Amino acid sequence: MAVTSQPFEQPDTLTKTQAALQHLAAGNSGASDLLGEKLVLNMGPSHPATHGVLRLVLELDGEVITKATPDVGYLHRGDEKIAENMTYNQFVPYTDRLDYLAPLANNVAYAMAVEKLMGWELPPRGQAIRVICCELARISSHLLGLGAFAMDTGAMTVFLYTFTEREKIYNLCEVISGARFTTSYTRIGGMTRDLQEPFFPMVHKFLDEFIPSLDEVDNLLSRNRIFVDRTKDVGAISKEDAISYGLTGPNLRGSGVDHDLRKKHPYLGYEKYDFDVPIGSAGDCYDRYLCRVEEMRQSVKILRQVLDKLPKGPITVSDPKNLPPAKTEVMTKMEELIHHFILHTEGIKAPPGEVYFAAENPKGELGFYINSKGGGVPHRLKIRAPSFVNLSILPKIVPGHLMSDVVAILGSLDFVMGESDR
Amino acid sequence: MDFLNDIPWMLIAASIAKTLFLIFGVVLPIVSYTVYAERRVSALIQDRLGPNRTGFPISLFGFEKDLQLFLGGLGQPIADAVKFLLKEEFTPAHVNKFYFWLAPVLAMVPALSTLAVLPFGNYLFGQKMVVADVNVGILYVFAIASIGVYGIVLAGWSSNSKYPFLGSIRASSQMISYELSLGLSAVPVLLIIGNLNLSQAIQYQIENGWLLLPFTDGNLTLRELLLWIPVLISFIIFTISMFAETNRLPFDLPESETELVAGYHTEYSAMKFALFFLGEYAAMIAGSSVIVVLFLGGWHIPFLPINTLESSTTPAGIALGFLHITAFFAKVVGILLFFIWVRWTLPRFRFDQLMKLGWLYLFEIALVNIFITAAILALVK
Repeated sequence: MAVTSQPFEQPDTLTKTQAALQHLAAGNSGASDLLGEKLVLNMGPSHPATHGVLRLVLELDGEVITKATPDVGYLHRGDEKIAENMTYNQFVPYTDRLDYLAPLANNVAYAMAVEKLMGWELPPRGQAIRVICCELARISSHLLGLGAFAMDTGAMTVFLYTFTEREKIYNLCEVISGARFTTSYTRIGGMTRDLQEPFFPMVHKFLDEFIPSLDEVDNLLSRNRIFVDRTKDVGAISKEDAISYGLTGPNLRGSGVDHDLRKKHPYLGYEKYDFDVPIGSAGDCYDRYLCRVEEMRQSVKILRQVLDKLPKGPITVSDPKNLPPAKTEVMTKMEELIHHFILHTEGIKAPPGEVYFAAENPKGELGFYINSKGGGVPHRLKIRAPSFVNLSILPKIVPGHLMSDVVAILGSLDFVMGESDR
Repeated sequence: MDFLNDIPWMLIAASIAKTLFLIFGVVLPIVSYTVYAERRVSALIQDRLGPNRTGFPISLFGFEKDLQLFLGGLGQPIADAVKFLLKEEFTPAHVNKFYFWLAPVLAMVPALSTLAVLPFGNYLFGQKMVVADVNVGILYVFAIASIGVYGIVLAGWSSNSKYPFLGSIRASSQMISYELSLGLSAVPVLLIIGNLNLSQAIQYQIENGWLLLPFTDGNLTLRELLLWIPVLISFIIFTISMFAETNRLPFDLPESETELVAGYHTEYSAMKFALFFLGEYAAMIAGSSVIVVLFLGGWHIPFLPINTLESSTTPAGIALGFLHITAFFAKVVGILLFFIWVRWTLPRFRFDQLMKLGWLYLFEIALVNIFITAAILALVK
């Protein structure tokens, strides 16, 4: 007797949903039989994995996500509008609160933008100090990104290890600027003060202790089978997507695009330092993680070079008309007192025009566009926040992944809502 | 009134005494101090201090100062318990009240009931140190332990909320999957011992050496050495499955706090939450006890004499009895510390990876392991 057999297909949820998405993408309308009843899940704005106030509206089929809609703006403070109502120097403290995990780097990026408008360039020592600030901020921010990523995947201990190191960076920030968190270290045309003597032994001690500690984290995660399984091939962003969505920073480099502003458009004398830019290949969460770990090592390399040959000399530009006079002279001389009041009430005398300056911040390209009509107040100031742009890829990469992958993807994108919502 | 004479009053009284002693004197303190240990050990792992301040508030009773014992912080579990008891017993409006209240009970009771058949010592005061010395001991353990899943499912379902719902779905599929490999990995042990009674399991290990460490009886035969291989495989699978059964990291998907907020107990607070919380630790203790009984010789201390029913009322016998109970709980604490250590080292699995591990690897290995054991038992005398 002839027997006919028919292959019995029971696709798992993931393939089923992907097939359904293809079915819909192919232009077929209406509900597919492949899809079950959807569950709309509201993730955030108060959720442990959304690192602040990101809200994701997820559509789930079982545990598989079919649609993800990020909803940003819960931390909107109108920083750009605020900037139009105060002098350039008064806006520096607001930049602390953009990416509050790397305030030093934000200070530098903002000051550099205004200095570009003024046509100033810092003397070598001032530039070197700013490089120190930027790289310390990069380590601090990546440490948190790494720790939070590990915590999202369940490895709580790594988070505390990285925080121990961040604590040391906070101590360094305190010595640099007097504040641990909201540093407000730069002023237009320089810094509030020179590096203090106790800073140097502290930073050397930190650099010596940091690499073994980073190795420990590396050992806990990089070859951990569970961690690799959780992050490899998850949230993969292709080279083309990364460029067309305007990703920057480790998220772009993780996808294999060799783009680092420190190399491509060197500022602050970055071309003088010897460092590598790590790039990934697959663009998945694991590559982004590896990029961050390697960037920290490279930052240490840069810091050692800067500290080895720190130039002597002034830290501010030599434009006495636009810089505050020395305090002793304000107290003793009439002209200096007048100058002091004029400068602090009217601000620096900026020329009319528009500039855009972007710095390679830990999270990506932090850009400031300044439209000036002359005078001490910007006519318009636009902040290009890397986190905001990086988040825009979520609707593209999240669908088709499981619920647990969302936290891994969010962790690996390493965004900060203070900057995204500004 | 003759029937009154037929009732074994002594046995009932002893059983009640043993139950009360076990639950209130041993398990609940161990549960709350496991929480304390978890916090202190995790702090140790993470370069922190952990709770090291809370003493015993004897100043409430007129003493000058609070009692601070050697390590500090030993009063923390009491403070935690008081906090849970004094919190508002809040029930959200949108829940199914009956099941919402039933769920925490179902999470706690099975974990405690499991302990009934576990022999935690030899003889003491003429009594066998096990609440119920039943012949189907290990089956009872599996049967009761699997009821625990109902607590989680009901909690998630009755909460009428999305995150708990997802958590409870994960929990039910996870626990059902891992019960298979748990049960199958215990079969080789039962084949070797040839008895389901847990006291007999210990008796076998006293005579032939602990299953995991077969040299504890002083000699090592070829048969023991060959059997050691399947026992080791069994032990590893059993331990991994126990992690999954008790929802501990790396298998804590039902309550993975960074994904599902708090999983199935998101809507719970106060003592109802505490029951889930303590239930997890009680399940951990029950699981560790089963591991100790099946693989690590239970209360047995190698190369030490064993007291008998007759000698258990003499001073030496009493001392030996207490020593055996201590040995049992020392082994349990060792396993618990291992549970804690793993939790604070590893990341968490993803749901599909966890199911794959359970069904594609552990289940098959456990199944093959049974045949290997049977072959060794049949061929090597």
